[in-house]
Amino acid sequence: MHKRIYVELWLQPVRETREKQIQLWKELILEYCKTQKIFVVSLEEDFPLFSNPVIERSLSHEARDAFLSALVAEGRAEWLDKSHRKCLVLWHRIQDWADIIVRFVKDYGLEDSVMTVEELRTGVESQGTEVQGMDRTVLLRALKLLENKGKLALFKGSSTDDEGVKFSV
Amino acid sequence: MAGQWLPPGELTLSGRPVLRPGEVECFLLSAVDIEPDIETHPSLTTYKAGILTLTTHRLIWISSATANDAVFVPLSLVTHIFTPKKSLKAMFASPRIRFELSLSDSGRVDPDKPRHGARSVVVTLVMRGKSDNHELFYTKLWEAWRAHAWENSDPGTSGSEAASSVAIRVPVVGVAGILRKEQEMWESTDKSLQDAFQDLNALMSKAKEMVMLAEKMRQKLLAGPNSHTSTGGDEEMGSKEEMQDWLLSVGIISPVTKESAGALYHQQLSRQLADFVKIPLERAGGMINLIDIYCLFNRARGTELISPDDLLQACTLWEKLDVPVMMRKFDSGVMVVQSKSHRDEEVFGRIKSLVLKPEALRNGISPSDAAMTLGIAPAMAKEHLLAAESRGLLCRDISPDGFRFFVNLFPEITLDDIYLVKDDGIYATWVAAVTS
Repeated sequence: MHKRIYVELWLQPVRETREKQIQLWKELILEYCKTQKIFVVSLEEDFPLFSNPVIERSLSHEARDAFLSALVAEGRAEWLDKSHRKCLVLWHRIQDWADIIVRFVKDYGLEDSVMTVEELRTGVESQGTEVQGMDRTVLLRALKLLENKGKLALFKGSSTDDEGVKFSV
Repeated sequence: MAGQWLPPGELTLSGRPVLRPGEVECFLLSAVDIEPDIETHPSLTTYKAGILTLTTHRLIWISSATANDAVFVPLSLVTHIFTPKKSLKAMFASPRIRFELSLSDSGRVDPDKPRHGARSVVVTLVMRGKSDNHELFYTKLWEAWRAHAWENSDPGTSGSEAASSVAIRVPVVGVAGILRKEQEMWESTDKSLQDAFQDLNALMSKAKEMVMLAEKMRQKLLAGPNSHTSTGGDEEMGSKEEMQDWLLSVGIISPVTKESAGALYHQQLSRQLADFVKIPLERAGGMINLIDIYCLFNRARGTELISPDDLLQACTLWEKLDVPVMMRKFDSGVMVVQSKSHRDEEVFGRIKSLVLKPEALRNGISPSDAAMTLGIAPAMAKEHLLAAESRGLLCRDISPDGFRFFVNLFPEITLDDIYLVKDDGIYATWVAAVTS
């Protein structure tokens, strides 16, 4: 991907101003990811939210790291690697996702059915719902959470990389 | 003050004496009492514990207790200075200098009236400050009194002064007058030569001491690395004190002494600096870099330049003195001199109005923009902008163009209506400016 290089936009040095800056950006990131259905933010790649072509500015790496770290601290995001290159943004918490899945299952009468994880997130039923296009990692986490609550059972499928789920909500 | 028999002296805002034209300071002493002879003049009060400034024209006494309380003794009214008595009692008491002062008919010292010679009082200067320069002060007092500097600056009254003077002068008229004048000139030249030779003798003896001192220091340097650790401490101390004594006796004021006994020096310097700094401050909009003050002050002094350390000490002392200026250190480490009347709030107000202009809302302001508007140096302007930023008034944007500051809009944005384009407040003004 062609990387446009703009002049950097910095974290404000004054503490009070910076805290407000971070607060606003946290909200922006969550909302943006939610509306765009973005689950993973890559710090080293272009991210439309972090660049403004009109004023030709993009957030410095330090600023991006600071904003995402603030989300992580709040439990709304997770670093996928130690060097902070990729961040999983939980604009719904795992618990919220779990609730969404349960509602989805109930709405579509899938209480006792069995399906693969892929079918769950890309299948016909999921179209138009929040479950559609869910990030696999997030989905599996939510499913595991529900498994612990006894709402479903996960099992290995016919192919090694495809797990299945049996609902018993 | 009841019984105030000495005329009041004028002081500057920083507590320094206001000098007459042609008047020059000669010497300063701390902790001096002016004690009139109570037996002959019981109604006259003693002026206790003040700073005494000897000038070419006067003895100015400034109270240490009450600020802005100063009186002076015109040297022109001193009729006689007594030689200090050398007695056993004098050795243990505070040094004293006695002189005779001419009083007016009302029993006070009136600087405007020349000497009548009718009434006089013996005044004692009690020098309570710890210092070894009392003898030097006595010499300087004699010299100043003998020089009659006040007669040179006062051509109008010099005639009458000469007439009423009890000293050697006689009216200069006719050939006899010319001859007499010649005679006087010879006598004074002779005396000067004598003094000069005296000084030469003194110089010779000092030179001898200097040589001994240099020798001693050389020895000390040689002995230094080899000093025994067991008794090294005491020996070191002893020789150090000795060295200081030697330095003092030779007349060099060692830095340590300047610090301990020379607090007066820094105090006076501090006050003088405060006076000096006022005009440049006004011209510079209320704030000047300390380095610039250093240059300006030394340039004005011409000779007897002060060191950066002296300047720093003088400025630090301002906190303790009641002067209308202050020193200030910014977070960045820059030190400035600021007039107390120059309030931050006022500058912030001006910065705020500058930063709300449409051009500034779009592109922000740089330190040079601020400098032009505020009428101060760019370095000072940057400090102000940074200070305003710390207060939450401004936000920064660092780009290849340098530092630019914008008005801080964050306070007006709240989480619950983060996307609302407000139509009030700075927000609205900003929207109008950037969308036009």
